[in-house]
Order: sequence, then C-alpha cells, then structure tokens
Amino acid sequence: MRQKEEKCVVTFRTTAAAMEMERACKAEGVPGRLIPVPRTITAGCGMCWAAPPSAREAVEELVMAHHLMIDGIYAIIL
Amino acid sequence: MIYLDNAATTRPKPPGVAEAVTAAMMSWGNCGRGAHEEALASARAVFSVREQMARLLGCPRADHACFTPNSTQALNIAIGGLLGPGDHVISTDLEHNSVLRPLYRMRQKGAAVDFVPADRQGQIDYGDFERLLRPDTKAVVCTHASNLTGDMIDIGRVGDFCRAHGLLFILDASQTAGVFPIHMETQHIDVVCFTGHKSLLGPQGTGGLCVREGVDIRPFAVGGTGVQSYLETQPMEYPTRLEAGTLNSHGLAGLGAALDFLEKTGIDAIRAHETALARRFYEEVRQIPGVTVYGDHSKAERAPVVTLNIGDYESGEVADELAERFGIATRPGAHCAPRMHRALGTTEQGAVRFSWSYFNTEEETDAAAEAVRILATEN
Repeated sequence: MRQKEEKCVVTFRTTAAAMEMERACKAEGVPGRLIPVPRTITAGCGMCWAAPPSAREAVEELVMAHHLMIDGIYAIIL
Repeated sequence: MIYLDNAATTRPKPPGVAEAVTAAMMSWGNCGRGAHEEALASARAVFSVREQMARLLGCPRADHACFTPNSTQALNIAIGGLLGPGDHVISTDLEHNSVLRPLYRMRQKGAAVDFVPADRQGQIDYGDFERLLRPDTKAVVCTHASNLTGDMIDIGRVGDFCRAHGLLFILDASQTAGVFPIHMETQHIDVVCFTGHKSLLGPQGTGGLCVREGVDIRPFAVGGTGVQSYLETQPMEYPTRLEAGTLNSHGLAGLGAALDFLEKTGIDAIRAHETALARRFYEEVRQIPGVTVYGDHSKAERAPVVTLNIGDYESGEVADELAERFGIATRPGAHCAPRMHRALGTTEQGAVRFSWSYFNTEEETDAAAEAVRILATEN
C-alpha cells in the first residue's frame, strides 16, 4: 500500500472536462495528474485531477481563468 | 480504376489516416474508461479531434462536439431530440433520406413537416421559407448541398431567417464539411451534423454533431459513459449526453489525421481543386449531344458533383458500362434523394453521378468525359 497523504482533488462530470483540465494544467504548469475518482468522493467511475495540497490556490485560479467545467474541489487523504 | 464516387465516400484517404487508425488500435485503451496511460492517450486524442471539429465548424465549445458513427445517426439524434408532436418543421426537396426519414417518422408521431419545393432544375425559391412559416414552426432542417446535383443552399440566408423567427437551425453538412466554410456562430446554426468519411476524408464509422451552447437535445441512446455511473439517467452534460457506449476512438484517430491534412492543405485549396475538376468535366459533357446535366451550373459555388443522363439510357446501365468498359466508378440510381429525383423528373431513369475529391486529377476527369462521349455516341 502506498503512503497516504493529503491531495487536492478536482472532479468532473465528463471525460471531456477532465481533458480540458489536464490540458490547462500542463499549459500553465499547475502540478498534478489524472487518477481514478476515489470512493470517498463518489462511488462509480471516472477520473479526477489530483494535485498536491499546496497547489490548491493555483488550481482554483486556473479553473476560474479557463472557465473549466468542474464538479467539485476536495481536500482528501489518498 | 478512376474513382469518381467521392460523394458516396472519399477514396483514397490522405496519407497518415490509415496509419493513425493502426497506431491507435495497437496502443490505445478505451477513451474515458479508466485513468491509466493507455486510456488517457485515447481520451486526449479524442478530445483533440473535438477541438478540430469545433474549429472547422465555428463551434465555440469543443465539448459540444459529439461523436456518432455517421451523419444519419447525428441527424436522428438532432431531429428526434429537439422536435416532437405539435411542432412544425420546414425542410427542402434537396434532402437526403438521412433527413427525410427521421422527419417522416416525426410526422407519424404528430409533427407537421413542409418542404420548400425544388423546381424542374432542382432550384429553390428562398421566399418559400417565409411562405411556409407558421406560428408553431420550431425548426428548419436542411442540407448544405444536394448530394444529387451539388446545388447548394445559402445557409447564411437560412440562418438569418431562423434567427429572425426564433427557429432552431439543424444543418446536414454531409457533403460540404471540410470543403466549404461553415461557421455555426456567424451563420446562426444550432446543430451541424457531419460524417467523417466523405468530404472530411476520414474513416467510415465516424461522424457527429456540433451543438450550440444552450440547445438541449434529448439523448437518443442511454448507457455506459465512464462517468456518473450510479445515476439512473444519462448525464446531461455534453458531449457525454449524446455519447452512450464506447466511442469509435480508432476511427476518430483517423478522422483527426484527416483533419490535420485538411488544416495543412487548407479547405480553400481543396475546394478550388475539386470544383475546378467538376467544372472541367461539366464544360465537356454539356456539349455532348444527348447528354442532360442536372442542376444549376451557372453558379460558381457548388459541391464538386456533376449528375447526368445519356438520352433515355438507364442510369444503372450507364454506370455499369463506365465501370466495366472504362474502369470508372460512379453512382447511378436514386442516391437516397427521392424528392429531388421527383423534382428533376428522373425517378424512372435515375441519374449518373460523378463526384470529385482532392485526389482526383485532370487526366481522370478528361477520361471520364471521353467515356461519356463514347457512350452517348453509341446510344
């Protein structure tokens, strides 16, 4: 098992929205990567953007600036 | 073989299309199903194709470019998902069965449908849109170009009409996307339905619809989406809203490569080449005694299609002779355009359609004209 640590997690309602998020993060140098959505957020499938907690502000600014279609932003232990 | 049936499907595809399909088959996972690198590679590429389609059609939002197997399914989704009993729809005699049959089915369910008539030359009077307008008119559904004659509908004019009267505008761009400019925003188009394998030069089994933001199409199919799995209904967010089931991401890889080719070559250059060949052919065959060419060829802007008959020679026999004796592939018969054939008076004889793509040459075109001359002389 991996060592659990806090993450800033962004969820989406479509795969297309996740792709836009990844594209914007890579372009702006915001850290993180796409991972399966953890069950503590929602049961089911799909992917979410997981970033270090220190990037939360940058993530929120990016979402606003790019009008990204996100479902929610969470701070959780993964 | 001289292939002049590009209005049915373009052949060959540009360099890179088949290679992109093969590479995708050998490496990609399922787009939107999982977050491992193989699935992400597919999802990223498919999203890039959405961006390319949105850019090509003047659709402001890439996530409103939804994929289907073809234009027919896209039109079924748009017509079935936006119209219903009690609605009135205006369409035209130029339409393909991919528009007509969904409209006829909608009429059986209680919608009213009127068609702007085409005259004996296949031309429409734009004043008829106004004359057919009713208080309950909800939409105009029309093609950008007749697949039978190549005659085009002025979609800017139809878009203005729709905007002035608060109507939805659903466009069938099967014959024109990738060759003629289309801009959803400036031309006030609500839905553009396209197919990947014709003028877009991509693989069969690809197509879709670009939807204007705020236009809510009821999902046609519901099912697996890779997201919101415990929801009992189809997610309402585009593009997932219209994309139940695994996408043809392998085919879309090919479509992406075809769109790369279109962007690099430029649709103006493609259009200039194709229409010049069609014009060259027309100028030859129109002078041949006994040959009847359909449509209005006085207009510069027309799809690269020339449709003709030789005397009263059955179109299927002409096409068969062209194929067997001259190695020229054309399309005879009805072309899934029954209303247009009725307008032209060709329901019995059918007609022989020659259609060009970017990969045809002047030599092929001249050989086809010469073959028509020989057959007309013999007839």
